[in-house]
Amino acid sequence: MAQQEPEQDARTLTMSRAMVEAIAFEMREDDEVFYMGEDVADYEGIFDSTTGLREEFGYDRIMDVPISETAYIGAAVGAAQAGMRPIAELMFVDFFGVGMDQIYNQMAKNTYMSGATVSVPMVLTTAVGGTYNDAAQHSQTLYGTFAHLPGMKVVVPSTAYDAKGLMHNAIRDDDPVVYMFHKRLMGIGWMPAPDGPKTGVPEGDYTIPFGSADVKREGADVTVVTLGLHVHRALEAADSLAADGIDAEVIDLRTLVPLDTETVTDSVAKTGRLVVVDEDYRSFGVTGEIVARVAEADLDDLEAVERVAVPDVPIPYARPLEDEVIPDAADVEQAIRAVHEGE
Amino acid sequence: MYENMVTARHYEERLQEEYLEGKQPAFDISAGPIPGELHLAAGHEASGAGVCQHLRDDDTVTAPHRPHHIAIAKGVDLKRMTAEIFGRETGLGTGKGGHMHLFDPDVNFACSGIIAEGCPPAVGAGLAAKKRNTDSVAVAFLGEGAIDQGGFLESLNMASVHELPVVFVIEDNDWAISMPKERITDLENGARRADGFGLRGERVDADDAVAVYEAAGEAIGRARDRNGPTLLELQVHRRMGHFMGDPETYRSESDATAAQERDSIERLEADLRAEGVDDETIEELRSRAHDRVEEAIEWAKDQPEPEPAAAHEDVFSNPPSGVTDTEPEITGHGGED
Ligand SMILES: Cc1ncc(C[n+]2csc(CCOP(=O)(O)OP(=O)(O)O)c2C)c(N)n1
Repeated sequence: MAQQEPEQDARTLTMSRAMVEAIAFEMREDDEVFYMGEDVADYEGIFDSTTGLREEFGYDRIMDVPISETAYIGAAVGAAQAGMRPIAELMFVDFFGVGMDQIYNQMAKNTYMSGATVSVPMVLTTAVGGTYNDAAQHSQTLYGTFAHLPGMKVVVPSTAYDAKGLMHNAIRDDDPVVYMFHKRLMGIGWMPAPDGPKTGVPEGDYTIPFGSADVKREGADVTVVTLGLHVHRALEAADSLAADGIDAEVIDLRTLVPLDTETVTDSVAKTGRLVVVDEDYRSFGVTGEIVARVAEADLDDLEAVERVAVPDVPIPYARPLEDEVIPDAADVEQAIRAVHEGE
Repeated sequence: MYENMVTARHYEERLQEEYLEGKQPAFDISAGPIPGELHLAAGHEASGAGVCQHLRDDDTVTAPHRPHHIAIAKGVDLKRMTAEIFGRETGLGTGKGGHMHLFDPDVNFACSGIIAEGCPPAVGAGLAAKKRNTDSVAVAFLGEGAIDQGGFLESLNMASVHELPVVFVIEDNDWAISMPKERITDLENGARRADGFGLRGERVDADDAVAVYEAAGEAIGRARDRNGPTLLELQVHRRMGHFMGDPETYRSESDATAAQERDSIERLEADLRAEGVDDETIEELRSRAHDRVEEAIEWAKDQPEPEPAAAHEDVFSNPPSGVTDTEPEITGHGGED
């Protein structure tokens, strides 16, 4: 169990408000922190990632930039190497291709190639996820892509509490951090969120160490490992199975790099059964990685395993097609039942 | 040309109505018969119609995220395009692509929702025409917000050094979502981007369909005659929000009103009347456009939704056998001791 969340009676925030609160705090503390992206000033972020910030900090520190991901993400790398602490926003993770060289050959590798004489203290924030029928170029999750390439820390919050604590860390960290927020969790008016992500959030600053997975629900029978939106879908599945006497433990990874293998293996040592749930593509991704780590740690602990992820197809547009490929609570429930009953 | 413009305008008015269904009173992007984002092009019609009037089916067009007026003018199958937007099985992409990703190979039309990324494929179509020694041309449409992107600038250079039959068309509606043109470029005339790459650049300053038609005719003629690529910038207007549901809080009322006032359709209509086209003819064109739109929408709404299992098909044209198991059965893989 990683983090203690605040008392019930604390104020609650949406995930976007919690993120913005951390950014505003860090910007007040440190003049070197600034934010760059498309539609982040007057629009305040398409997904409410910068609400209120331009009003407080002005156009110099909340910068709208030309639509040129290579240039502005690369500029963040350069400013970070010069010692500033930029936050660059890539509006949808799907647009990464346009600026990918700056991300994975510059941002992620300069520390290593310089023998750690150069550091790149920047944050790349980006929106991920489908569930609203925006098709293949605007609905990907791509956790695996960023976690696969070495040199960047990868953060994926699922609640407002986690979002704020992880953002404080991300900005203070001396390495590049990719901060991936799921659109459906932000609490935007036009994209209703499930109940879960809106949580109590302390007023003051606090950090959540990277590499500390959180057990969002304790259980004895099956370990469910997941992240982002699917934490909430897994919790929904677990609650519905509880009525049938199946007690699932739900682990929220919270960061992919670094990955908290121990919390996962400890849980599997207890339950013996593993389900990994991901909104990213199935092959070569998070699900395979988690299963491999558990197998490497102690194959004997593992009695049954199941992966639930997007089959290896681009995200389709039409509702019945998208519903088919993005796992829902029922898919998770079925997988938990399958490993629980065994074969 | 007038008919195309009227069709596009009416089409989008109808799409807007359909889109808002199920999204009232509270706007929920995933609700209703057309979910996802919807970018309408009211105010852009002169560009699609004036340019595509010069094109044949074997000419290639790549469109950006705001494609309907261009698709209509290029002759994309209106019924199947509408079915695609409604996510139906008989849509252009069998429901897989949606409104930003319309593909009609019969008329060589394609789209991309990634800014400026339709430019390189248009260069490729021009390259194919050159290699095969045909006289077809390629046209890439993009917004003024896209003219800072590497993909566009690299395409200008490639088209220029290889003398490819490509026309780049910038639709300048003054806005890139909430970013006004002056905040993202120092260049008032986007066609000047051509200067550094050795191709012709020209701007049509008002949204005047006739002027667009003439400028596009010259550029496309030049490409067809193998006299090199052109960059055209066309002034259009954005009469609505960037996408449906955009509150436009960043935009002054006077700017929005000015966009409404400069209507290329009304202007063309006035021009036609001045040239002696009578009411009856105009009414006939309008009602034909109207009927065509209604028919397409009705047909599309009657079409079946795709079967969920179809989501697993079409990743490849030539599916590898025995390799891609897109949806393994859930069986609780595990051992008994
Ligand atoms: C590479 C990339 N970056 C950002 C976006 C998000 N986006 C979609 S439309 C748009 C504005 C485009 O403005 P413009 O090119 O002027 O076209 P308009 O929408 O005005 O027709 C942006 C930033 C995107 N789709 N692709």
